[in-house]
Amino acid sequence: MTSLVFYFQVHQPRRLRRYRFFDIGRSDAYFDDAENERILRRVADKCYLPMNALLLRLVNKHGGRFKCAFSVSGTALEQMERWSPETLESFQRLARTGHVEFLGETSHHSLSALADEDEFRAQVGAQSDRVEELFGRRPTVFRNTELILSNRIARLAEELGFRGILGEGADHLLGWRSPHRVYRPEGTERIKLLLRSYKLSDDIAFRFSNRAWSEWPLRAETFAHWVHGLPDEDRFVGLFMDYETFGEHQWRDTGIFDFMEALPGEVLRNPRFRFETPTEVVESTDASARLDVPKPVSWADAERDLTAWLDNAMQHAAHAAVYEFADRVRALAEKGDDRHLRTWRDLTTSDHFYYMCVKFFSDGDVHKYFSPYATPHDAYIAVANVLADFGARLALLEAGEAGDEADLLRPRPAIRLSTPPARGEDAAARQETR
Amino acid sequence: MVASGGTKRRVLMLGWEFPPHISGGLGTACQGLTRGLAHAGVDVLFMVPRAYGDEDANWMSIVGANDVRERVEIANEPGPDEATDGGSGSEHVDDVRGAPSSGAARTTHRSDAFHGETHAAADDEGRVLPVPRIGRVREIAVDSPLVPYLDAGGYRTRLSELVSGPLVRATAKSGGAGLPFATLGESATDEGVGVPGEPEGWRDLAVRIGDAVNAGVRFDERTFELWGGYGAGLFDEVARFAAAAATVASRERFDVVHAHDWITYPAGVAAARARGVPLVCHLHATEYDRTGESPDTRVLAIERMGLTSADLVVCVSHYTAKIARRRYGVPPERIRVVHNAVTQKEQRAEWHSDRTIADPIVLFLGRITFQKGPDYFLEAAAKVVAERPRTRFVVSGSGDMLPEIVMRSARLGLSENLFFTGFLRGKDVERMYAMADLYVMPSVSEPFGITPLEAMALDVPVIVSRTSGVSEILANALKVDFWDTDELANKILATLEYGPLRAQLVENGREEVRRMRWELRGEVLRDTYEEILR
Repeated sequence: MTSLVFYFQVHQPRRLRRYRFFDIGRSDAYFDDAENERILRRVADKCYLPMNALLLRLVNKHGGRFKCAFSVSGTALEQMERWSPETLESFQRLARTGHVEFLGETSHHSLSALADEDEFRAQVGAQSDRVEELFGRRPTVFRNTELILSNRIARLAEELGFRGILGEGADHLLGWRSPHRVYRPEGTERIKLLLRSYKLSDDIAFRFSNRAWSEWPLRAETFAHWVHGLPDEDRFVGLFMDYETFGEHQWRDTGIFDFMEALPGEVLRNPRFRFETPTEVVESTDASARLDVPKPVSWADAERDLTAWLDNAMQHAAHAAVYEFADRVRALAEKGDDRHLRTWRDLTTSDHFYYMCVKFFSDGDVHKYFSPYATPHDAYIAVANVLADFGARLALLEAGEAGDEADLLRPRPAIRLSTPPARGEDAAARQETR
Repeated sequence: MVASGGTKRRVLMLGWEFPPHISGGLGTACQGLTRGLAHAGVDVLFMVPRAYGDEDANWMSIVGANDVRERVEIANEPGPDEATDGGSGSEHVDDVRGAPSSGAARTTHRSDAFHGETHAAADDEGRVLPVPRIGRVREIAVDSPLVPYLDAGGYRTRLSELVSGPLVRATAKSGGAGLPFATLGESATDEGVGVPGEPEGWRDLAVRIGDAVNAGVRFDERTFELWGGYGAGLFDEVARFAAAAATVASRERFDVVHAHDWITYPAGVAAARARGVPLVCHLHATEYDRTGESPDTRVLAIERMGLTSADLVVCVSHYTAKIARRRYGVPPERIRVVHNAVTQKEQRAEWHSDRTIADPIVLFLGRITFQKGPDYFLEAAAKVVAERPRTRFVVSGSGDMLPEIVMRSARLGLSENLFFTGFLRGKDVERMYAMADLYVMPSVSEPFGITPLEAMALDVPVIVSRTSGVSEILANALKVDFWDTDELANKILATLEYGPLRAQLVENGREEVRRMRWELRGEVLRDTYEEILR
């Protein structure tokens, strides 16, 4: 039997406003929640609500033979709770069918796995608590931010009790091997690795509406036909993609909803094929081989590495500056004041660093499409200004003058001008070899 | 390049040169394009106005020592005590063939040698490589006080600087009725210079030039109001330059005429019609860019005449192409965009040690005019200083807004933070860039804007106005709306405070500027010529 494993990523960052230098010491309103609300409501209308309804129909229609999985970031859950509770309810309805799995991740869609293992554990734990509370079941399969995976990250997930982890089926990782088998990352004991089948996934997520594509317009029968042609020994096909593919990246008029509506029926015509959740695959299958992932692999851009988030001087410096505050916000939280910890966690979200990517002269339309800033430099300036203010406020609290924010007037910014490491991977790579 | 017929193409370029008189982007662009064309195998006959009075100023050669350089002088009606043939006294002076006996046009060879066939170019790593120069550049200097960006009032000032001693008013040979320039100019007694208005006949300038050429009227037979040998008013002088171009056209062979900005458009039209070859008008800046919404309608008329007569209009940016379409009615199919480039430099180290001030320096360098937005620079400076008192601002350049800007800086309380260097030239410009920590170009309307590229080539980060052509092609620059001085100040502060941002802008900017090469622009222009010659 070969299984199709659909996994949809749902994420919304808490975007910053154009926080200016003059705001430092004068305002702690870092976030553009009006814009965040506008975007969340738009995506809910165009994607989350109609697509959740469609998936619910499919589960019911096929009597549970159609299944899928979600990972909904903590920041997205919080925004749904605030601005679109009906969206959250529709996810809960899907969970109640018993055929839709919710995966574990970091609560803030952060790169904490690369920067701060304590923070990583804290965010993963917080997310598991939240998922259990909202959807009734504690996650058993983990997927890291942007599918970033390495041997070390898999081991961390294993230590946290996860039985499976998702990753990108990158060519440079697999070589001649198939992405359709279950693997075990080097250095782990039990955890199993399910890889994304990038070609088939991207046929839906990226190429579906591309009129220059030779397969356009893609019909469900055609896609099912490709799947049915896979060899018997293929255990599963990982169809992992952004949930916003449906209705937001690919608009409704491209026919993407009709395609999904028809696909399960077409696939199930051949009794050798079925749908499963990641946990079902992991529970029922032994790893066929070990896979060595010495350096982090992601699902982003052509490089499938970390360069979308941690590549240039601005990205490294800003990311390092955020984590400089980790111990201080945790110390304040232990004393009972967790306001700054919560704000800080919103700053760890990977999107803030993605916006600073300068690759968009080559790779970059995708980056530009997703960025609220005109240029990557503007993104850096907003973050650097926010961090200067945040640092000043922490210093004030630590000095015991808590509360009186008038005293904050015009602190000088305290951004370190140190040179960042050449590659963000250095730190992680060092830990890797420990 | 070898043209389809096997012959090398030759262009008559009506252009501008570098200092002595600041020509900013226009002189720099003409120099770059000429080099680029030569690289691409096109011969360039480079005709440029140059006043005799500037003879000993240290003007920069636009071409190497291997190029022939000559000077054309359009002689005026000789006075009774002057020889008719002004050139006979010097072996370096030739009569221009075809010049009428009544007035001689002279050429003076200033540098006759044509040495090697190589010139320097740099490869992608910045190494200097000798490459064969295929195209030849010959310079023809016309004795004329015209400089770029001149307006009627500025012309009067310049004329009085150039012509020392008592001004002699003379009238060149009166050719009788029907001559093209008889009614066009301001007279020497016209006190209304610089005031927008449209004297009779201006709108029809192109038609008149064309008609005159077609009717066989010789350009040296027209009437001028002259003052000390030059046109008494700016428009007289523009017409006089056009006459010189027609004279040159009558004795030279070329395949296409290429004129740069309005002052040379009448000359371009005259030369192209005299020879029956296509005309390319290059648009570096329009009257709207220079003056906002209070243009000199006479200048507008000449611009419109040139742009609508041209077979092709080359714009320095899409921003300018839009103005050409919307304001001048140039059909889109006759517009091509060729962005400017930058002359490659490796001189940061040379000037680096000159820095004597520890506080960061934010630089404005350009003409102090409405178009360049110096007042927005001041406003932003005041906002920056309120946050960060130890910041220095330098305003380099001169222009009609300078007195106002000096006053304004005092009123804003910036006297301790803001410095005026006056007009800088030559090496001082590079030294100034290299001393700066940040270069700001807050232009209200900037068709292109080469100066940010020059700053970036010297490892200085830049902030540019979004209403500029250069912002279309620059990735590693901060961009602002010129009127948003809060955002400009925010970005100035961010650049000064945040090292990683500076590092990013400087390192990637250096690479980016290295890819903007005049040689590539020359190849595009060459192909553009072929397109209209086909």
